Amino acid sequence: MHNLTIAELIKGLQSKQFSSVELTQHFLDRIGSLNPAYNAVITVTAEQALKAAAAADERLAGGNAPALCGVPILHKDIFCTNGVRTSCGSKMLDNFIPPYNATVVENFETAGAVVLGKTNMDEFAMGSSNETSFYGPVQNPWDTDCVPGGSSGGSAAAVAARLAPGATATDTGGSIRQPAALCGITGLKPTYGRVSRWGMIAFASSLDQGGPMARTAEDCAIMLSCMASFDDKDSTCIDREVPDYSATLGQDIKGLRIGVPSEYFSEGLDPGTEKAVRAALAEFEAQGAELVEISLPNTGLSVPAYYVIAPAEASANLSRFDGVKYGYRCEDPKDLQDLYSRTRAEGFGEEVQRRILIGTYCLSAGYYEAYYGKAQQVRKLIQQDFEKAFESVDVIMGPTCPSPAFKFGSKGDDPVAMYLEDIYTIATNLAGLPGMSVPCGMVDDKPVGLQIIGNYFAEARMLNVAHQYQQATDWHDLAPQGVAS
Amino acid sequence: MSIERKEIEKLATLSRIAINDETINEVSQRLDSVLQLVDQLQAVDTTGVEAMSHPMQATQRLREDEVSEINQREALQAIAPDTEEGLFLVPKVIE
Repeated sequence: MHNLTIAELIKGLQSKQFSSVELTQHFLDRIGSLNPAYNAVITVTAEQALKAAAAADERLAGGNAPALCGVPILHKDIFCTNGVRTSCGSKMLDNFIPPYNATVVENFETAGAVVLGKTNMDEFAMGSSNETSFYGPVQNPWDTDCVPGGSSGGSAAAVAARLAPGATATDTGGSIRQPAALCGITGLKPTYGRVSRWGMIAFASSLDQGGPMARTAEDCAIMLSCMASFDDKDSTCIDREVPDYSATLGQDIKGLRIGVPSEYFSEGLDPGTEKAVRAALAEFEAQGAELVEISLPNTGLSVPAYYVIAPAEASANLSRFDGVKYGYRCEDPKDLQDLYSRTRAEGFGEEVQRRILIGTYCLSAGYYEAYYGKAQQVRKLIQQDFEKAFESVDVIMGPTCPSPAFKFGSKGDDPVAMYLEDIYTIATNLAGLPGMSVPCGMVDDKPVGLQIIGNYFAEARMLNVAHQYQQATDWHDLAPQGVAS
Repeated sequence: MSIERKEIEKLATLSRIAINDETINEVSQRLDSVLQLVDQLQAVDTTGVEAMSHPMQATQRLREDEVSEINQREALQAIAPDTEEGLFLVPKVIE
């Protein structure tokens, strides 16, 4: 059952080939036996899952069950789940049990999905390797000496290891696409404002966006149709009808104009990765698409602009963790200042502290205009690059990341080396555009991701394009050793 | 730009994060490395470029000033480190 896609599981459940309770128990057993090797799941909600599965079976028996009724999924531990610990990968929230559900969690519940548990992640979603989690790193199922990517590394590894057919994730600078690429699965970061951020613990509010992870584009389409919604509780959510993303997957891509940015194939790109991505582009050409060379001249500025904007917003967002209302509190504070500063020094890990300090610096008196103001202007330049490109192309394609999964600890002590991992993904967050990663090859037995960037609200188009590619290729079907059997 | 010890101490105070003496040099070194990266922005000519805050220029939605949520004080305080009679407790501020 674990080798079936969500689309196949829905068919199996609706035709009573298996029950949701059987399916849920099967995935719980897999988590029990395989997860210790990967550390992808940090909370298992077996009891609630089996109860939800039994309820789903009743609805399925009744006939008119909702779309995802009885399908087991995992939530990234950044989405608040009523009554279930939501740690955000941090000691700060190790004891935090939210009294409410995130809108995304609510949407999946309404659709009848069964939640198996919560996935590991970089602390407060700050990282590209999952090494910053309070619960220890996640191992990449393709090579357990390597990172799964981050920050949604737990969700990506869980889907790759077939501990769940799909998982929710979030992306602030590449946190869906990069781990999807490194773990050989499909992941989509929607347009900013497409998916509600309510109850999704905030990192950088103008960049954060939730999205689905699954093995195929078809499954991501099913998940996104449920995940996306207008939500009054998220003031930056866009009020726009959510299409049925599954309905348009079969469209012909003949005549599709694919923009290939020269800046995404420059210095620093691993030759094996480039070869795999170029082969994918050739496959699209064979299907009748047209490759158009384009330029996104301000690409190089996206990493510096991001490392002003994201930490600045994080320093403001994370000020709420002060040991007063919920979460960690230090022992025996001698006064209020000591309570705040020791709670935060003990509760936050090193990378989170570093980003708060950087953000505070960039926002402090005398520096605001030079850093935050400047970065927001550069952000406009980056957006204009894309605007211009989309005048002549339908989608943009390139690598998701510069190289396949790297070994633990290999980025050394310099935070900047890790930051450059997101060089191809950050620009779309800054512009608010949707982006996805699709498996497109293997280098040294490790997966490579093809990135597809679309115009605003072009998710249906991107999923269609990815689905057509997956109809002709089988990279998305490959499984890490010992996982498929 | 190099960041001085005094400046780190000021940032630590502003951020309410205690930094001990043993790690301050390391923190300063790593912050320097990030600041060097972001300083690349200073060379960009942004004259006349409008700062971007929302990709679709969305503006703040407004609603009627009416009560829309129920009071959940007990549920919200049940997860607090320390409360008394509906209030959050912190160390004494005024002697």
